[in-house]
Amino acid sequence: MKTFSLLSNRAGALFLAPAAALIGVFVIIPFFWVIVVSFTNRTLLGSTALNPDFVGFQNYIALFNPLTFFSRGQFGFSLILTTQFVLLSALVGQALLGLILAWLSQTVSPKIKSFLQTAVIAAWILPEVVIGFAWFAFLDFDNGTLNMILRGLGLPPGDWLLQNPFWVIVVFNTWRGAAFSMMLFNSAFQSIPPSYFQAADVAGASSLQKLRDIALPLIKGHVVTDLILITMWTFNVFTPFLLTNGGPSYRTELLSIYTYRIAFKDFEFGKGAAVGVIIMLINLAFALVYLRMARKKPAEAD
Amino acid sequence: MQVPVQVYVRRMGFSAIAAILGVVFALPLIWFISAPFNARAELGLAIPQAFSISNFSAVFQNTFAMRALLNSLIQAFGGVILVGVSATLAAYALSRSSIPGKSAVTYILLLFSSVVSGSAAMVPIFLIISAAGLINTHLAVILVFAGGLLPTAMFILRDFIDAIPRSYEESAMVAGASPLQAFFDVALPVIRPGIVVVVVWAFVNIWGSFLIPFILLRSDNLMPASVAIYSFYSEAGTPVVTLLAAYSLIYSLPVIALYLFVNWKFGFRFFGGIKS
Repeated sequence: MKTFSLLSNRAGALFLAPAAALIGVFVIIPFFWVIVVSFTNRTLLGSTALNPDFVGFQNYIALFNPLTFFSRGQFGFSLILTTQFVLLSALVGQALLGLILAWLSQTVSPKIKSFLQTAVIAAWILPEVVIGFAWFAFLDFDNGTLNMILRGLGLPPGDWLLQNPFWVIVVFNTWRGAAFSMMLFNSAFQSIPPSYFQAADVAGASSLQKLRDIALPLIKGHVVTDLILITMWTFNVFTPFLLTNGGPSYRTELLSIYTYRIAFKDFEFGKGAAVGVIIMLINLAFALVYLRMARKKPAEAD
Repeated sequence: MQVPVQVYVRRMGFSAIAAILGVVFALPLIWFISAPFNARAELGLAIPQAFSISNFSAVFQNTFAMRALLNSLIQAFGGVILVGVSATLAAYALSRSSIPGKSAVTYILLLFSSVVSGSAAMVPIFLIISAAGLINTHLAVILVFAGGLLPTAMFILRDFIDAIPRSYEESAMVAGASPLQAFFDVALPVIRPGIVVVVVWAFVNIWGSFLIPFILLRSDNLMPASVAIYSFYSEAGTPVVTLLAAYSLIYSLPVIALYLFVNWKFGFRFFGGIKS
């Protein structure tokens, strides 16, 4: 049977027009404009605000200046900090914790399972500013919940936001985002036929063996999908700003927060745009890998 | 009977670990739940002396706080309507028309939308909005969110529409319906659950986000709740915790309600995969 088109090309174009206009102006044009701006010395105020000069690669050279590259508050420091942040809080923290949470959910009673999942999902769905305040209160030196518990256990309290700000945002982001990995692995585990595990039970396999030898090889596609998605999100996340403001003394200044400071506090739009371009290039690399895999294995991609 | 005992002990161990992990996850949120009802709340955790709703009446009497919630509603509704309408139309066209290169369009859109993140694009977005003279308007926030959320929304809806048999509309058209009638009267009612998911997802995203309104808005009377909440400081510069706590809870309620709604209606896994 010949499938005739339900919508003529003209009507189709008309249907596409509003979305195309919005995406064109607010996604595609920014993509190209940020590249243009990154080659100028545009500022927010002053004469270069209206008539910026083209300065070639000057902004990029300033970012990669080897003399200051690794100093605190500079681009290189933020880039390395962000890499560590992604490795620790997304790849190790969220993915591993999500895997453990999902695996536990398969075995425990429905009551405990729903309590566990509610707590984990609540951390994920509440608005970021609310979470920021909740953690600020949680970590408060004098009366915060964490130090209260530590004192109760006879352990020394800590002023965590001052002493270990980086580890605070790592734990914070792990806590905040574990739900996504957990839910993705939950549905992955549920797609495995139960008979596989029953056979292993008969053979006397331990839970760890079942996870390692049966479950993990079967959900490999889900694991890779999960790792790439949470890497991209964590790489671009701005939420730690709400907890630490990038400080103290730039110790939690992730690339997103660095861009914000350069562009909207120092008003150096050209330099901020150059950072934006580098962020987009890194995003592009991850997105290409992801889309290639999503196309190859449509069944496993989501 | 050694094996069942072992299995039983192992189960107990797993349950204990799961329960402890649940408690650990809940710990940072206990303050968020208890402080709003404590008339003398501080950053520390305290069991309210007497269950009190005075913090809430303080919020309701604070015109600035209420104005900010209204602003959040305006921006979220504006964005949601734009995303809902234009994503539905576009996804339908991508699914049902034979425009050349439509699969490439979807692919390229997804690529762009994941590459142009908020942190990468804040400078050009600010410049575009400035050039358009829209800085410090609700419309600026609405348009930027609509543009940013549309690619994913279209992708979800296109998947949804692709799964609906074309024969629905075909038989309507055989019976004499115009393409527009087939869309509005036959396809749209079937697509509605997909639209609901996209709309809820877009609402939660706009309602909760901080960076875009923080950059694009200046005046107090346009701030949404996510930005306005940072103004609840006393003249001495310390946060007014009682107000903050109650406000946080009120501001979170729509998100919690929508989560429960989606969970009840579709199960959360569907919703879960698509948060960006």
